[in-house]
Amino acid sequence: MSGTTPQSNQSPSAKTRKARYKTPEQWKTKPKKASQRRDFLYLTAGAMAAVGASSVAWPFIDSMSPAADTLALASIEVNLAPLDPGQTITVTWRGKPVFIRRRTKKEIDLAREVDVLRLPDPEEDKERVQKDEFIIVIGICTHLGCVPLGQKPADPKGEYKGWFCPCHGSHYDTSGRIRKGPAPTNLAVPPYEFVSDTKIKIG
Amino acid sequence: MGGLNKKEYVPVSNNVVINWIDERLPIFTMLDKEYGRFPTPKNFSYFWNFGAIAMMILIIMIVSGIFLAMNYVPHTDHAFNSVERIMRDVNYGWLIRYIHANGASMFFVAVYIHIFRGLYYGSYKKPRELLWMLGVVILLLMMATAFMGYVLPWGQMSFWGATVITNLFSAIPIVGDGIVTWLWGGFSVDNPTLNRFYALHFLMPFVIFAVVFLHVWALHVTGSNNPSGIEPKTKIDTVPFHPYYTVKDSFGAVVFLAFFAFFVFYSPNILGHPDNYIPADPLVTPAHIVPEWYFLPFYAILRAVPDIALFGYTIMSAKLAGVLAMFGSIGVLFFIPWLDTSPVRSTVFRPSYKPFMYLLVVSFLLLGVAGAKPADDLLWLVIGRLSASYYFFHFLVIMPLLGSIEKTPKLPDSIHAYYQEKKESKKKLLSLLAIMAVALSFALPASKAKAAGASIDIPKQEWSFNGPLGTFDRPSLQRGFVVYQQVCAACHGLDFIAYRNLTEIGLTELQAKAIAAQYMVQDGPDDEGEMFERVAKLSDRFVNPYPNEKAARYANNGAYPVDLSLITKARPQGSDRLYALLTGYVEAPADVVLGPNMHYNKYYSGHQIAMPAPLAEGMVAYDDGTEATVEQMAKDVTHFLTWTAEPKMEERKRMGFKVMIFLIVFAGILYASKKKIWKDVE
Repeated sequence: MSGTTPQSNQSPSAKTRKARYKTPEQWKTKPKKASQRRDFLYLTAGAMAAVGASSVAWPFIDSMSPAADTLALASIEVNLAPLDPGQTITVTWRGKPVFIRRRTKKEIDLAREVDVLRLPDPEEDKERVQKDEFIIVIGICTHLGCVPLGQKPADPKGEYKGWFCPCHGSHYDTSGRIRKGPAPTNLAVPPYEFVSDTKIKIG
Repeated sequence: MGGLNKKEYVPVSNNVVINWIDERLPIFTMLDKEYGRFPTPKNFSYFWNFGAIAMMILIIMIVSGIFLAMNYVPHTDHAFNSVERIMRDVNYGWLIRYIHANGASMFFVAVYIHIFRGLYYGSYKKPRELLWMLGVVILLLMMATAFMGYVLPWGQMSFWGATVITNLFSAIPIVGDGIVTWLWGGFSVDNPTLNRFYALHFLMPFVIFAVVFLHVWALHVTGSNNPSGIEPKTKIDTVPFHPYYTVKDSFGAVVFLAFFAFFVFYSPNILGHPDNYIPADPLVTPAHIVPEWYFLPFYAILRAVPDIALFGYTIMSAKLAGVLAMFGSIGVLFFIPWLDTSPVRSTVFRPSYKPFMYLLVVSFLLLGVAGAKPADDLLWLVIGRLSASYYFFHFLVIMPLLGSIEKTPKLPDSIHAYYQEKKESKKKLLSLLAIMAVALSFALPASKAKAAGASIDIPKQEWSFNGPLGTFDRPSLQRGFVVYQQVCAACHGLDFIAYRNLTEIGLTELQAKAIAAQYMVQDGPDDEGEMFERVAKLSDRFVNPYPNEKAARYANNGAYPVDLSLITKARPQGSDRLYALLTGYVEAPADVVLGPNMHYNKYYSGHQIAMPAPLAEGMVAYDDGTEATVEQMAKDVTHFLTWTAEPKMEERKRMGFKVMIFLIVFAGILYASKKKIWKDVE
């Protein structure tokens, strides 16, 4: 904004050059009230425009967050009774695959005999399961979101007998922990509970 | 820069980065030239704000539209539901939709005022003919866009509006029917129609934006007209656009935003039709099809034209003639730069033209009212015909004729000279604005009252949710839910409400879970591929008493118990009407013969209703000890169903209060800034 008011009765050069340095008298005289109020006005107007624009932006940005019905999306119940040891099933929860594997004794031992502290993302197998037999993880590689292989009998399961992500070669063990490859963390464990001995509710 | 285009670069600012960019792509030089120093007549009235306001609304419409498109589903099975999901579940979805829906009306308010200004001050005259014609193109594009946008919610008015307007093209001789089928992509307005309207509704605003760019470009070539209609001659006639008009436009824009916000937050549905909250039904046409208010004058012209006969033979059907007249009413605007023969631009200096100008405005407003009246209203048909005749008479006869015979006073020497007597003309402008406001406030309710088509007086009730600060009464909502659950739910569904929503009426999550658990829903298929029944969960929608509409009709002697989620929004004066209906069952007068399985209700249109009186004294037991009289139950269930129709009402009013205060204070500050900045000019 052009804040200069026309100062018609002031001769240009000499006076303005002098005015760059305040004389003692000028220090004592108060600055013009009008111009001060004006600057304050413009600042307030500008500030209000900024506040207004950013408050309007928020509802639009937030409209892209999950909607109430999406957030309320149901939990699912899964019947584990048909699973034999060594078998797996994949279910969908919140649009994501959830791997459920009924582990054999050997697979449980494999997961338990590791020196946890030497893992990339140290976590005890016991902390990751509610019943030793069932490992339940979200089947999304923590590297860049591919779905790892290992659910079907013929799938490569990686060097640690768990899951293997074909996108960039991450190897997960029988507890779904990252052992080798670029993925930074273990496969996530979704919230779930056993509603009966053979039935779980995920979510 | 080098090469053939070598020119000495004149720095545009003190900032090195800005100069570096500007030397290579002179955006800042352009901005400085066109919006900084751009010499603009200093005598603009507030009428000159509406171009900038229209531009602002175009941007608001594009932004809100894009965010709506992220959640809207253009399919006949999902469109209506996806709009309701936006209203209920999407974060601030209700706000974005109400901004967009009312924004369309605001766009037309601004543009109609903008067009009036152009007409009154002769802004279409040489050298601004092309500027004006581009404006008419924008108006046409806006109308097409608004029409297609109105179809998208897929309510009753959407569907029947689309049917009627596309059928206009069937008036074209020989190829008309083929064109209509082509427009529909089928044999009626259906999914292909909805899909293409969605695609075009998304595209057109950007086309509008491009034409607006040309419009503004043309404006910056000729410069703005001004209330005196005299071209600026010397520097004293103009001021630089910035800061003088940036601050004035900002002030006007914020005042207009406050007007806009009032509709969004306090009367979001007043400019729409209740029927559009009823899902589209190709088998039933609403009793009165009325277009949106901004189309009413043109709709009236369409209906005003009778069969055109010569020596007793019909030479043109009313259908074709009406369509031609309607398109002609806009088409004629393209030619007025040449139809108007007066050498004087501004009506201010055309005393003999002025009354005709006012008459044009009056006839346009009357056409608007006539367009809202039912087709059998003869008085308004006549008024409509007279107004339509005058509309064309004005452009085709008055304009060419008066220009050559009128006597005009001597024009002021310059804009500056005119500006000195401004105070007087300012008063005139205010009175003109006041006349328009009064005329509008008369025209709008007049068109509204009859559009509702209600011959029955619905008594007004006191509701806690009335008024700009009104809220829902939680105990009444909860009692109303009990009435719904124990009485209405036997036949009526509530498809848009989920059990989780019950926490919003003050129930705890456990209570809501317990209520859900009373119902079974079908789910599946399970591991074995079988569908199974399970107990309802919080995320489930209310279980409908019938599996489908056929079953519902079969169980109710062919009558369909409508879904109640939106009932209070889908009827004029919805809450009062519902309460009146529930308490309006009386003994039929002796002279009334009721149809089989029909019941007499004094507030139902036609007085015969298939639903037997649903409420009886003490029918439900209220937990809080309130006595369950018929009036009490009717009141509570109406309260509850008002909430189901608009669950975000409280949030809306609360936010509206803050927004209004903010805008009013902001407008005040901008007004003070404007006064300060203009002080040295005045």
